[in-house]
Amino acid sequence: MFVPLLVLRNLFRHKLRTLLTALGIVIAIASFGILRTVVDAWYAGANASSSARLVTRSSVSLVFPLPLNYAQKIRQVAGIESVAAVNWFGGVYISERNFFPQFAIQAPAYLAMYPEILLADAERKAFFTDRQGAIAGRKLADQYGWKVGDAIPLRGTIFPGTWTFALRGIYDGADKTVDQSTFFFHWEYLNETVRKSNPRRGDQAGLFVVRIRDPGQAAEVSQAVDATFANSLAETLTETEKAFQLSFVAMTEAILVAIQAVSYVVLLIIMAVMANTMAMTARERYGEYATMKALGFTGAFVAGLITAESLGLALFAGVAGIALTFPLAAAFAEAMGTLFPVFFVSEETVALQLGASFAVGLVAAAVPAWRAARVRIVDGLRAVA
Amino acid sequence: MALPFSYVVRNLVARRLTTALTVGGMALVVYVFATVLMLAAGLERTLVATGSDDNVVVIRKGAQTEVQSGVDRIQASIVESLPGIATGEDGRPLVSKEPVVLISLPKRESGKPSNVVIRGVTTAGYALRPQVRIVDGRLPRPGTAEVIAGRSIAEGFRGAGRDETVRFASRDWTVVGVFDAGRTGFDSEIWGDAEQMLQAFRRQGYSSVIFRLADGSRFDAMRQAIEADPRLTLEAKRETRFYADQSEALSKFITYLGTSISIIFSIGAVIGAMITMYASVAARTGEIGTLRALGFSRAAILTAFLTESLLLGFVGGAIGLAGASLMQAVSISTMNFQTFAEIAFSFTLTPGIVAASLGFALAMGFIGGFLPAARAARMKIVDALRAA
Amino acid sequence: MSVSPDTATAPEPSTSAPAPDSASDSPVDTGPRILVSIRSLSKYYVRGDQVIPVLVDLDLDVAEGDFVALMGPSGSGKSTLLDLVAGIDKPSGGEIRIAGVDIARLSEGELAAWRAAHVGFIFQFYNLMPVLSAFGNVELPLLLTSLSRRERHERVAIALALVGLTDRADHYPNELSGGQQQRVAIARALITDPTLVVADEPTGDLDRTTAGEILGLLGRLNEELGKTILMVTHDPKAAERAHRVVHLEKGVLAD
Repeated sequence: MFVPLLVLRNLFRHKLRTLLTALGIVIAIASFGILRTVVDAWYAGANASSSARLVTRSSVSLVFPLPLNYAQKIRQVAGIESVAAVNWFGGVYISERNFFPQFAIQAPAYLAMYPEILLADAERKAFFTDRQGAIAGRKLADQYGWKVGDAIPLRGTIFPGTWTFALRGIYDGADKTVDQSTFFFHWEYLNETVRKSNPRRGDQAGLFVVRIRDPGQAAEVSQAVDATFANSLAETLTETEKAFQLSFVAMTEAILVAIQAVSYVVLLIIMAVMANTMAMTARERYGEYATMKALGFTGAFVAGLITAESLGLALFAGVAGIALTFPLAAAFAEAMGTLFPVFFVSEETVALQLGASFAVGLVAAAVPAWRAARVRIVDGLRAVA
Repeated sequence: MALPFSYVVRNLVARRLTTALTVGGMALVVYVFATVLMLAAGLERTLVATGSDDNVVVIRKGAQTEVQSGVDRIQASIVESLPGIATGEDGRPLVSKEPVVLISLPKRESGKPSNVVIRGVTTAGYALRPQVRIVDGRLPRPGTAEVIAGRSIAEGFRGAGRDETVRFASRDWTVVGVFDAGRTGFDSEIWGDAEQMLQAFRRQGYSSVIFRLADGSRFDAMRQAIEADPRLTLEAKRETRFYADQSEALSKFITYLGTSISIIFSIGAVIGAMITMYASVAARTGEIGTLRALGFSRAAILTAFLTESLLLGFVGGAIGLAGASLMQAVSISTMNFQTFAEIAFSFTLTPGIVAASLGFALAMGFIGGFLPAARAARMKIVDALRAA
Repeated sequence: MSVSPDTATAPEPSTSAPAPDSASDSPVDTGPRILVSIRSLSKYYVRGDQVIPVLVDLDLDVAEGDFVALMGPSGSGKSTLLDLVAGIDKPSGGEIRIAGVDIARLSEGELAAWRAAHVGFIFQFYNLMPVLSAFGNVELPLLLTSLSRRERHERVAIALALVGLTDRADHYPNELSGGQQQRVAIARALITDPTLVVADEPTGDLDRTTAGEILGLLGRLNEELGKTILMVTHDPKAAERAHRVVHLEKGVLAD
């Protein structure tokens, strides 16, 4: 107990300095955690995707629709269970600031493919029977204070005009990885309306979500689907839902890389601050270290004392930083609203934070420990005087 | 009486490791701060420079981007015949009716697909954008499957380089030239013949109509004429405004995220400065007592320590800024949230950013140094001398 | 964390002064045995291209149980000689045999273990650990031995009683007077029952009365416990207490 006590007492010699350093580490570790969580949130869509679902879209790019009759042909490909047409609506709710994803879906087929979208039976029935009905995720409904029965107007950007939907249900996610910020309405309603105003744009789907029987067959089934439409006017690109989501993430990769780089910069900053603290501390105590060495303690022991002090402080503050990450993440998610539909601190982030605290403590101790271990006793003793 | 500046400098030099670590922490914060501002500035400059003030973009009402928009042939010819449009050297009106689509192409390095804007242009289209210059090769011949690629696209995407071919809309298109649009958004586009594009993509209508105003001040009248016309469901925007709006979300995102990160990080650096300055004061207690006994005032002591801390901040800021200025050589390519299209832009250092970064660094130094300096100034002479 | 491994092998201090190796080549003498034998000892520092001699070809013997005062003006090399004998500095040449061991030839690690077992230190400025109580400071050197916690505590109690500080055991250095601090340091120097006690200006920071008390304590160590003491001082009053005074001047003995 003697040595730990010695380390602990040393830590509290400069209360203000220790407190400030600890505060710095707490902030650094917490912001590191938040930044990692932001990166995770980016990948949330891909992580929540099912390997039993494929996405078929135009091989040219997402803005090119596919004919609705493709659904029939896709269904005939071996290994496929069901198909649902989906369109990105891209409407504006009151003002451009209120962004959230809106999809027109072939509701019964689509919802059957997404068992993680939990909807009460009564609400499901009400949604299915109302042509202009819509459902929204719990987070989205909470953000705008929507209740079942509310009329929700959306101004179309891709499909002109103001569209008004009746909210028939609010869905929950089966777990926290499920996006609860999406707005769904009937694809058939969109199609009928478009057909009236602009017949040429009717009977077209933005993409098809396809459910397959055996996830192990995803590659083969994808190829079979694309082969069906090869050399047609609208060639398709079929890939797993995960690959589809990741292709979106890849497009904003530069920003992700920047955030990741910055999350490591904060560790460098705090390493410099902590190394400074340890360097000053050790310098002030060279006399004591020299005395201990004169008494017969080895350089390694003295270095160990410094390292233990540094690690103790870094880990203690690091754990406090981790604890702070959770309320901060919750507040951040609240402030960001539907921009980051899935936002939670993963276990991996916590592990990284712990590892980072350890690294900060170790690196900060390195130079002072090395110096103290090598201090010439004679010089160190004179430093006291 | 003030203490000489050299006294301040020598104190920093005497404790090299501590000074270096403190300055290093501040430099990193300033580096992040400046880089983020440079990124947002680069994006804004790219998209704002894309537009020209006398040009007007006409798109379908409610559409935010050209890709979302649709202008049918009848509507386009109504716009074309409006009075007040400038005429070009060939005597024809400066109007370009353009189909704009997004296609996905694989990136040259990673092979990952990203969205690229394909624009169909007419001869007038080139006249409307004088900043576009062919740097390699030639212009596409009308009526052929020839295209030219903006510099960022030619460098960043497979098949988009000079004499290579890109495949889209079931056709192979030969890249006969690479153009430089003076670091504007057009650098991230592929251009071809408008009629060829319409056929290939089987489009009946255009995406947008762009024209030049004969009289730049007559924009409002023009806009009213277009928006009031019952045959047209269109809206008109000055080209500068149109592109600035497109950069808004991304540049706001970058600025907000970056500024919040910098401010949080700066707390760490301020703490570092504070620790250093407290130690500096503690180590020199006897010295402070001696100086006070010699007749230096509290203000002189306060000034000396604040100067020391501001100097730490300034040196950190200068180093961070120097590092950030190296980033000007780097260009970034990412998807614009609003258009879903790839946009390339570079870190741009402006005098405003230099001033903001140095101000930020000095503020960190000041905040970090104030309490320790005040402690030094408040010491009683007798106590300080005893502690020596 | 535990005491580092190479100190665990340090020879355990015995309860009586260790007998010098009789097979050593110490000169045959009719008096008490020679404990410290210094031959041709030299020490110089190199500053740039200048060589500054501190000790030059010095010979000195200290008998077991002796109390030697090293005197001399500033810069005479007396402190350096003490450092070398105590094994906290390395000579440039010559040999220092203590109880038969030439400590000039020991490695860093061996020297640390040797100091832990054989040397007790007393410094001018006490050099106590400010974060440890008087008790903790005295206990510190015992961490390098394999003694149990109970044995350590018994010994510390005895040592503190010896220097008359039993009732101050829980006080921290900043709560003690200079004389009390020096007594804690003396207790620390005794706790491992060292072969040799080195004292560097032990009264240099104390007033006359307190200095007298400390010197009295050192005298008792020498007479009652038979400790060999080597003391650097420039205080003639302190030197009077010693059995023998050695004068150093410019790195050589000036008898």
